[in-house]
Amino acid sequence: MTTIRHASKPLDYTRGVIDLSHGSGGRAMAQLISELFAKEFANEFLAQGNDQAILPASAGRLALATDSFVVSPLFFPGGNIGELAVNGTVNDLAMGGARPLHLTASFIIEEGFPLADLRHIVIAMAHAASNAELSIVAGDTKVVERGKADGLFICTTGLGSVPAGCNLSGKAIRPGDQILLSGTIGDHGVAIMGCRANLGLSTQIISDTAALHGLVTVMIETGPSLRCMRDPTRGGLAVTLNELANQSGVGMLIYEDRIPIKEEVAAACEILGLDPLYVANEGKLIAICAPEDAPELLAAMRSHPRGQLATIIGEVCSDPRSFVRMQTAFGGTRVVDWLAGVQLPRIC
Amino acid sequence: MKYISEFRSGKIAQVLARQIHAAVYPDRTYSFMEFCGGHTHAIFRYGLSDLLPSNIRMVHGPGCPVCVLPMGRIDDAVALAQRPEVILCSYGDTMRVPGTDRLSLLKVKAAGAAVKMIYSPSEVLTIARANPGRQVVFFAIGFETTTPATALLIRKAAQEGLVNLSVFCNHVLTPAAIQNILQSPEVRGLPRLQLDGFVGPAHVSTVIGSRPYEYFAREFQRPVVIAGFEPLDLLQAIMMLVRQCNERRAVVEVQFTRAVTREGNLKAQELVAEIFELRRTFEWRGLGMVPYSALRIKAPYASFDAERRFSVTTRSVFDNPACACGAILRGVKRPLDCKLFGTVCHPENPVGSCMVSAEGACAAYYTYGRFKDSPVGAAT
Repeated sequence: MTTIRHASKPLDYTRGVIDLSHGSGGRAMAQLISELFAKEFANEFLAQGNDQAILPASAGRLALATDSFVVSPLFFPGGNIGELAVNGTVNDLAMGGARPLHLTASFIIEEGFPLADLRHIVIAMAHAASNAELSIVAGDTKVVERGKADGLFICTTGLGSVPAGCNLSGKAIRPGDQILLSGTIGDHGVAIMGCRANLGLSTQIISDTAALHGLVTVMIETGPSLRCMRDPTRGGLAVTLNELANQSGVGMLIYEDRIPIKEEVAAACEILGLDPLYVANEGKLIAICAPEDAPELLAAMRSHPRGQLATIIGEVCSDPRSFVRMQTAFGGTRVVDWLAGVQLPRIC
Repeated sequence: MKYISEFRSGKIAQVLARQIHAAVYPDRTYSFMEFCGGHTHAIFRYGLSDLLPSNIRMVHGPGCPVCVLPMGRIDDAVALAQRPEVILCSYGDTMRVPGTDRLSLLKVKAAGAAVKMIYSPSEVLTIARANPGRQVVFFAIGFETTTPATALLIRKAAQEGLVNLSVFCNHVLTPAAIQNILQSPEVRGLPRLQLDGFVGPAHVSTVIGSRPYEYFAREFQRPVVIAGFEPLDLLQAIMMLVRQCNERRAVVEVQFTRAVTREGNLKAQELVAEIFELRRTFEWRGLGMVPYSALRIKAPYASFDAERRFSVTTRSVFDNPACACGAILRGVKRPLDCKLFGTVCHPENPVGSCMVSAEGACAAYYTYGRFKDSPVGAAT
């Protein structure tokens, strides 16, 4: 990265669009980097201006996570792809108990993409990074021809430090453990699908995109009986629980009437023919902990703004076939299965 | 939303369940067919069978429009989608149904065909207007519930003079299928299948009314209760069927009184009658050729008929001989009776259509109910 100013005119955020020259390595690219990325993400590591960021080594263990973001639409109620790209990777780090330190960001931009939109997204990323108390230390920009990308793709990689004594793992779950959920499900997925299907609902459904490292910090302070955490993003609560049950070779029983869901999200799911258990979240986590410490963990979660609606939604049981079952609010029991293919709406 | 949660109340369910337990005669069995896949789905999704006495058996019927579509029609849709000039618009749950060589719309889409998933036929109009250089074909499926929307699409396309829009019509009729089941040798001749009554689909009857079922109740002496799709609707309908059986009555009753009348939606019926006419016969998966069981586009609207525009000639395709979808759709077999169930055939790799649609009996059983056969230990 460089901060040298080459261009005679500043970037035109009113009418300007990305063209192939912004990815060609020439002056236009240098200008884009210095006037937008370097300016908004400013920090001492980025300011080194080299092909790499040189970071101080920290004692103890590091966590590394990467994620790509291809959401459509890029702007949705409650956020945009920029926040998502930062929060998503921050949460992947946080689920291992790690405190996020640094992030890299790669942008693949389609020719013709409005500079104003790019700026909006970059500023959102800078805010999200500052909220997550981390710095964006390296990046890359590529421009592809029109039609070869859906506007903008972002890939972020994050580095975090794991506190001593924190050993969270999806393989550590045992029968009897309690399953905790930090809040309402389905908000992000329904916000996105609501935009796409143009439902025209009177209440706007807002994505829950948020960084969860703060919530995680208060949770891991409760002690070693916390077995593991995971954020139920793609595939929602159902798929995440199935992953965990399989990893540990256990079954799970959850209770439908304990799972918080906003009325408008439930209503939109009805209209779209979707099961909210399978809808994506971007600011929620599932925690599994030993039964004796569940009340303390729940209290810790509820003390944090991101976990106010936390509940114990079920428990782990022994089951060689690793079924996740749900007692329905209606009084019956059913399997909560893996998602087959993609969730497709039913016609009647 | 409150309007929905009221129909899912666990407390009321317990009361209704107790009433059903008290009403059934212990010395007999009750076998009811829920015709519609939406009911099958609801039974499994809410774990309804856990609340029923063991001598009530729910038989899953053929009322899943995706499941009863014969493979030849899927092949036709796939072939249409593969034509370079065509944009094929389809409802979501038809996308994964495998045709011959397991080719589905989702697979040909991945290979480059223009297949668009739509929620409403009105989207087809928008797509046709936006793509005047392409042929936009709507893969229309469904029972009487979805037919009026297709009829409206054709009428609007005609009004606008859209020359690049056509409909591949696969709309089928509920009463014809029920009659076919009641006349099948399994029910009439050699009674391998006990059927004591029917749960009729409410959404269909919001359009056609309850009257078309009166003939079955009378002719075949089987009670019919037209029920909504919420779990309490179903429980109440089962209670009503039990009462009719106990009292040896066989009439049509409407549980879903909040939207079903005897005559139905006359405006929708007129619209359908304007655009569509009966096909002499139509192939149903599982039931075979069923006379007067499906609709085709009438001559004045022939230019919107994809079958005529693209000279579609449907081939009859034999299902995998090991697949029991046919017998399952007739209620003669249960998903677990099929050798392929859960082994070769599962939702990721469906062999038969009952495993594809969420409303199919196999998919519902696999997705929600299969744990019942496996030992599950208690906590700790």
